[in-house]
Amino acid sequence: MNCNRRTFIQQALVAGLQTGIFGGSLLATQTAQATWLAEDFTPGPLSATLKHLYNDAAITQSEAITLKLPRIAENGAVVPITVSTTLAKVSDIAIFVTKNPTPLSGKFKLSPDLEPVVSARIKMAETSEVLAIVTSEGKLYKAFQEVKVTIGGCGG
Amino acid sequence: MSSIKIRTKRLDGKTQIRILIAHPMENGRNKDKQTGEVIPAHFIKELTVKHNDNFIISSDLGGSISKDPYFAFLLNGGAEGDKIQVSWEDNLGNTDTAEASIV
Repeated sequence: MNCNRRTFIQQALVAGLQTGIFGGSLLATQTAQATWLAEDFTPGPLSATLKHLYNDAAITQSEAITLKLPRIAENGAVVPITVSTTLAKVSDIAIFVTKNPTPLSGKFKLSPDLEPVVSARIKMAETSEVLAIVTSEGKLYKAFQEVKVTIGGCGG
Repeated sequence: MSSIKIRTKRLDGKTQIRILIAHPMENGRNKDKQTGEVIPAHFIKELTVKHNDNFIISSDLGGSISKDPYFAFLLNGGAEGDKIQVSWEDNLGNTDTAEASIV
């Protein structure tokens, strides 16, 4: 009886520890948030990517989003872009290039501590519209601008 | 030698965080000019930024981010000596992490 009790306690302790560890790692992945999905970056038309990402949710065009990027990019391999917005409670900013083989360039999850400003440098295959989609209080807003590319960035 | 350079600058109670990473960011579509062979994809998939151990940015990136990617973000607040930690992981499983203090 004593022996059984001892093994039972040992097993219980081990089980407890394991759930502790697994629980911890689950929490860690939740805080890390970045779960890279290959589907997000599948080559294809923009509409398919948007459908996959936002599930046909309505995207309102917004004047509150400012895109800072050149109208004419001499080199499509390096196009500087800054997306900023005056919308409140921005949780997510995504950058798309309409005519790139893979439309999604990057998706940034921002904590409430951050100002809704993201700068990056993107590649553009050809003259195309650059689209930014901002998630604010669960709603989607977009803004776009056309950039003329004189040398493509993806063709080598 | 870390692949990540972090620069911070405090402006009116906000902190600008600038990140420069040395990485080829190959999207798997380019050909080697000499051999004509396709260069396999090699790009950063995930970039995360922590401020004093709290995640402030987590991003998913594709191969259409430029070579040697540059990012800039603006943090509300941030005091001198606060830690900014940046880490990335690419599609081949390589990772790198760097830490800097706000100056």
